[in-house]
Amino acid sequence: MLDATRHPSLPNRPGVGYKAQHFNDIMKDAGPVGWLEIHAENYMGMGGRPLAQLRHLSEQFPFSVHGVGLSIGGEGRLDADHLARLKTLCDWLNPASFSEHLAWSTHESAFLNDLLPLPYTAATVTRVADHIDEVQSVLGRQMLLENPSSYLAFAESDMSETDFLSEIVTRTGCGLLLDVNNVFVSAVNLGYSPQGYIDDYPLNAVKEIHLGGHDEDEDETGAPMLIDSHGAEVVDPVWALLDYTLAKSGPKPLLIEWDTDVPEWSVLVEETKRADAALSVLA
Amino acid sequence: MSKTTTTLALAASVATAIAGLSTAAHAQENEKCFGISLAGENDCAAGPGTTCAGTSTVDYQGNAWTFVPAGTCETTTIEAMGDSPERMGSLTELDRDIPA
Amino acid sequence: MITTQTEFRTALLDPASPPPEGVRNPDGVQAIKRFDVYRNNVAVSLTDALGAAFPVVAKLVGDDFFRAMAGVYLRAHPPTSPVMMFYGEEMPEFLAGFGPAQSVPYLPDVARLELALRHSYHASDATPIAADALAQIAPDSLPQVTFAFAPSVYLIPSRYPLQSIWAANTSGGDIAKVAQPALVTRPEFDPMVDALTQEQAAVTQALIGGQPLGQALQSGDAGFDLGPLLGLLLSRNALISLKT
Repeated sequence: MLDATRHPSLPNRPGVGYKAQHFNDIMKDAGPVGWLEIHAENYMGMGGRPLAQLRHLSEQFPFSVHGVGLSIGGEGRLDADHLARLKTLCDWLNPASFSEHLAWSTHESAFLNDLLPLPYTAATVTRVADHIDEVQSVLGRQMLLENPSSYLAFAESDMSETDFLSEIVTRTGCGLLLDVNNVFVSAVNLGYSPQGYIDDYPLNAVKEIHLGGHDEDEDETGAPMLIDSHGAEVVDPVWALLDYTLAKSGPKPLLIEWDTDVPEWSVLVEETKRADAALSVLA
Repeated sequence: MSKTTTTLALAASVATAIAGLSTAAHAQENEKCFGISLAGENDCAAGPGTTCAGTSTVDYQGNAWTFVPAGTCETTTIEAMGDSPERMGSLTELDRDIPA
Repeated sequence: MITTQTEFRTALLDPASPPPEGVRNPDGVQAIKRFDVYRNNVAVSLTDALGAAFPVVAKLVGDDFFRAMAGVYLRAHPPTSPVMMFYGEEMPEFLAGFGPAQSVPYLPDVARLELALRHSYHASDATPIAADALAQIAPDSLPQVTFAFAPSVYLIPSRYPLQSIWAANTSGGDIAKVAQPALVTRPEFDPMVDALTQEQAAVTQALIGGQPLGQALQSGDAGFDLGPLLGLLLSRNALISLKT
């Protein structure tokens, strides 16, 4: 077993979503970056360069393992093979944190490679809570659940997303990963106040915050439609929403996510400096 | 080949094989860690809004398929050559070669 | 009005199906373009994953053909595992049966090679045998020697000049006029592709299958020279143990 965590939890510092092309830059000078996040599924091979990189990086950095394929909101049972792979990875790397999404992606054995939306109802609460119980029991650790970027709503939903998440936390004891960009994207897309969402959100359960860039589009009626592309700088209104959140929650581990059109390391460092500044005004 | 010839030929082959190996120094593992990624990755980002990839498909069994292979395959004609792959052993033996 | 995941998934993968009735714009009207965002995410992300897995297939047939073909493939064979590094396992058989690709008959072999490269990249690490381990075997015992191969080694049989087709579309070079089965190895972290002769491939296949050296040599013609093949296997760290 590696020891990626000399910390029981992620530090209240900026982190970045790790990309293999930045290995040398990070080993040379990580700037303000205090921890790294990986997508679990990309480290489910048996060996080779990806795992070797983690071996080296884990000597220096606490890790967050962020699953993108478990389909926690799926109508069917959790994929036991996949859960076993997650356990193998977490047991080996011993990360400071494990998180997954409030979404579904697998149905009747087809994995759709996207984070698909859920209706917010009592039935969904039960299903998601049962799945989180199973994950926490198999992994032997608390997991964090991330709020999604939503593009549409369901006619059957009869709860707010924040009430839904509060109920899940109460039932399962899981922690939360608050994606501030997702809050902004969903709020614009579904027409509610992002600050109001933060006011209603169970901030005491938050153990990590995500920040990322989005694209702008519009729907067939001309209403704004933001796309969670992770392919650009974090926009000013999202930084402002972060400040609003941190003022209420206190300092948290802040992650810069950049997954498409991944830039030079120096661009990510500039983003983490801005995150660092948002944390330092709290001190 | 007789048993002796086989043994002699093998011994000679081993000698040539070993003599041809280079003894170049190996790099430190952390230096080798950086390099081309053939990983094939999952991520949690959304694609570029809406495109026809999601909203239209072409049925190749109907009349709508208009694409022809038009990459580097155009510049060379390559014929099948040599023995058929059946020479290469039974199907069970070939299982080792099919990535699982 | 309940939207089931069966209904949602069916409409995601079939653009001819209308979006589920229960999905809504913020004004309460049925969502159309907003549903298309999810359709697009699925189709584009899977198409991109196939493009990343099969760059040489894509280069051979061109991007327009490849992306249209990927659209057919991903609907016929959506991933069955969330681990995207191994998406595309059915591609060789799919290409073999895909009408519009029949003018490029070596495509399935190229796809098999690209799958093997991906698997080799992620295969378990293994310590190769020292070159002199073989030198220490008494000549009389050599015919009984069997090898274990590294998990990163794959042999792709082909009647086409597979290795040089692949090389010409990655690093450059001419395409050979002989059949070139391809040997995939991973000396350290980077998989390599070497051309074998048909005879070398047959002997390698026998060795991978566990036949002792003396017997495996029968897969070659009389006078087959094992030296170059053995040298290649040793230099590529393909052999991880030997037994007599």
